Amino acid sequence: VPINLDNAFGIHPTALALRAKRMEVLATNLAHADTPNYKAMDIDFKSVLAQANAENSSVMLRATHQNHLGPSGRDSGAGESLYRIPYQPAIDGNTVDTQIEQAEFGRNAISYQASLTFLNGRIRSLLTAIKGDSQ
Amino acid sequence: MSLFSIFDIAGTGMSAQSVRMNVTTSNLANAESASSSVEKTYRARHPVFGVLMNNLDMSRDKDVAGVRVLGVVESQAPLRMQYAPDHPLADEQGNIHLPNVNVVEEMANMISASRSYQNNIEAITTAKQLLQRTLSLGQ
Repeated sequence: VPINLDNAFGIHPTALALRAKRMEVLATNLAHADTPNYKAMDIDFKSVLAQANAENSSVMLRATHQNHLGPSGRDSGAGESLYRIPYQPAIDGNTVDTQIEQAEFGRNAISYQASLTFLNGRIRSLLTAIKGDSQ
Repeated sequence: MSLFSIFDIAGTGMSAQSVRMNVTTSNLANAESASSSVEKTYRARHPVFGVLMNNLDMSRDKDVAGVRVLGVVESQAPLRMQYAPDHPLADEQGNIHLPNVNVVEEMANMISASRSYQNNIEAITTAKQLLQRTLSLGQ
């Protein structure tokens, strides 16, 4: 079976990039824990990953005329950050709940490490396939 | 690599919190600074935070922005007046004016600033660890 190196890592590079992006958004929320009128944001990881994956793998419609419309998923804003629904908004308009943000940040960090571990596994099996020795 | 901008974001957060800590300390230190007139009396100060836009290279993302201190406002709460005719700063009526610093409020402020600072440090530490693990990918 010929190995296509572009697909060798599967979903994990995309997932890793998205995890890093989400980490950034959560760190922004944490930094703005005391900023009046700041609204906490988050990324809907599942839908963004599904979207990114669809763009990578599926056959895309080709626009052969300037009046052709693009694929609907791309312009729908599904990849945008969404505002978090606050459980307990503060009187100054801030919707950052530090505990929730920290929990999400921690969970996201673990998921990032999981993606790294998966990638490491893939790399290791590729290396084994290339070298061919069984230690 | 977007993990790098966490350092910038958390850095602005830390610097804003340290301004808050400074202002709080100034309030606590001046809690009993008496004076002989209303105008010359120290008033409690509080920083106002805002979103830092159009700065650093992370501004390309509208949902990712650092913290900035918009300014420091003086509290408009009434000053404390105390009858102390023996005080060297007493006015003609024998009154001295004391700052409107609420010490309990300032202590709570200080704890909140310290916690927020720690949160930012935590974010930086995590980002650093993840970056290091990413760098050693495949080794």
